[in-house]
Amino acid sequence: MRLAIREFAASEPIAAEIDDLLDGFSFPHQEGTTTTFVYRGEADHVRLRHFIYGLPSSQPFQRVAETDLWYLVFELPERSRVEYKLEIVRGEETEWILDPLNPRTARDPFGANSVCHGPGYVLPEWTQPDPDARPGRLESLTIASGVFGEKRKLQLYLPERLRPTRQHPLLVVHDGPDFLRYSALSTVLDNLIYRLEIPPLIVALTESPSRLVEYAGDAAHARHLAEEVLPTLVAKLPVDDTPSSIGLMGASFGAVASLATAWRYPGTFGRLLLLSGSFAFTDIGDQHQRGPTFDPVVRFVNSFRNEPGKPSEKVFLGCGIYESLIYENRSMLPLLQATGMDVRYVEARDGHNWENWRERLREGLSWLFPGPLWMVYE
Amino acid sequence: MARIVLLGPQRLRPTVREIVDELAISGPIAAVTAGWQEREQEDDELAEHLRGSTRNLELYRRGERIFSEDPELLAALTELRSARREAQRLYRLSLDHALAAVRSLEDQRESELAVEELAEAFDAVRALDARHLERVSRLQTAFRKRWGTARRRSVRRQRHEVDAILEGCKAVAIAGGHVGVLVELLSLFGLDERLRRHTVIAWSAGAMALGQRIVLFHDSPPQGFGNAEVWGPGLGLFSRFLPFPHARTRLLVADRQRVAILARRFLPQICVPMDDGERLNLSVGRLARGSSGRRLTRDGTIAELDP
Repeated sequence: MRLAIREFAASEPIAAEIDDLLDGFSFPHQEGTTTTFVYRGEADHVRLRHFIYGLPSSQPFQRVAETDLWYLVFELPERSRVEYKLEIVRGEETEWILDPLNPRTARDPFGANSVCHGPGYVLPEWTQPDPDARPGRLESLTIASGVFGEKRKLQLYLPERLRPTRQHPLLVVHDGPDFLRYSALSTVLDNLIYRLEIPPLIVALTESPSRLVEYAGDAAHARHLAEEVLPTLVAKLPVDDTPSSIGLMGASFGAVASLATAWRYPGTFGRLLLLSGSFAFTDIGDQHQRGPTFDPVVRFVNSFRNEPGKPSEKVFLGCGIYESLIYENRSMLPLLQATGMDVRYVEARDGHNWENWRERLREGLSWLFPGPLWMVYE
Repeated sequence: MARIVLLGPQRLRPTVREIVDELAISGPIAAVTAGWQEREQEDDELAEHLRGSTRNLELYRRGERIFSEDPELLAALTELRSARREAQRLYRLSLDHALAAVRSLEDQRESELAVEELAEAFDAVRALDARHLERVSRLQTAFRKRWGTARRRSVRRQRHEVDAILEGCKAVAIAGGHVGVLVELLSLFGLDERLRRHTVIAWSAGAMALGQRIVLFHDSPPQGFGNAEVWGPGLGLFSRFLPFPHARTRLLVADRQRVAILARRFLPQICVPMDDGERLNLSVGRLARGSSGRRLTRDGTIAELDP
């Protein structure tokens, strides 16, 4: 197949024809599994900066001779979702920008990235607001933490059908506010509850002022959740406190914190939703390649691998195949299964980002907390 | 014999008021909202649609009262539910394979032999459905016999009150919700017999509960194959139709193979999608004038329901 951009480049286009090209096509442009990225502007170099592990993270664009049009042809497997930026080099100056021709973006705590969808990728409709769904409400709660010697704030997602006479399952989420902002967690919960795919769930959205320390397998963090946060919520809210109704969720370091907390308090948190866990470990000694931030993570994961016990009952493990942590997550799977826990593992053609985690929520939550979908017809 | 009106879901496009007006029901209407469970009493909106003359039978609250007074009955019922869950689980295992066979054969109907094989695969699914229904019926009958539900003092007192309310009502409106809870409570209060003497308006789970058998369904659940499954017997007020409430969201109606399999599997019953605004009028169990329903067909389409 002769790609449209190559034919166009070979035609020695003039400026007006480039205008027509950019008006007539949307970019990135898909032809089968081939994706064409385009940039127009004066530059010395243009590069695609993506976050796909296993490929060079910087992919150079080619300039169409005698023009200011640049392009890159890239193979993107079906149903992939990739976040990227463009690196523009002019003389000594380098800047990373969103792709000006691509309206799709995804936000994260560091800003935003452009998003490219591979062929066959469909944005899940349950991630978008549904006017028929009854929205839950968000409330704030402050807990005086003896463990940390300070007040800790958290937010609560309370389902619209919260009833004081009923016992609701509870999910404690690490990096909760970020899940709200970047993974549309509130919308997803509204929709899944409305569709009866999960029960009316109470969700505690926790955060940490020092997540790289506290989420790295820290015993104090586990104590805070198990001995301060959980009892407070059980006392204040109509929570079913049997382990099968109590869950922990987190992504990246938040997944490490979830597993570490359940490991330190076995039989307390019966449901774990672990996304792109930063489960770095070593097989010999303690030396690793991931930098000092990961030292406590490696210590925890190595300890866990030595004596996993049975921290929970059901574990949903998800990871993107375009992220470097895929190796660690695949390694974790047989270990978790060998503990006797019920484990489900899902991979996605996506990276280490909030929209990947958003898109795993339906499968993960509905498996861990199945709703009355089959029995309720309102 | 009861006059029955089955309606589509009422939350977003309520039509029950029109029906009440049209049937000229001039008097109190008994409401059953037990399918809403602990929200049973949150019936203000429903009462408004029923012109305010509502008497909620409060079957859920009464059921809770019975169980708190009669722990022996509650323990027996818990055991029955557990046995039903296990029966459902085992039936589901067999059903997944039997329906997989139907789907495989559906894809290769070129030869006469394959058509014959497909018919036998459908027979196998129907036999599974029938066996499961019979097993559940047997469990329920054994439960009723052993524990003499209707004779127990705790039940008798509540039934008496329910009967007294029903006596003064011109019709019964049965809302949706949890179909298992609803049918269990309707049976506990002996309403299967009493409803035959009333005009009944029912929707969603309420409509499902009144039929000969209850079929649970969802074509695209987040987990599993999405195979419709027989749950158990309903109250048996009609047998010709099988209601599928919220069909637009719960069935893949554009998937002709799925629709065709559903329609053929449950023959001779007619699968009736019940979406907003739809209505079936049944008299002596048959379709009466004023209905505006559709049916799933064996060729995978959805057609108007013939009178």
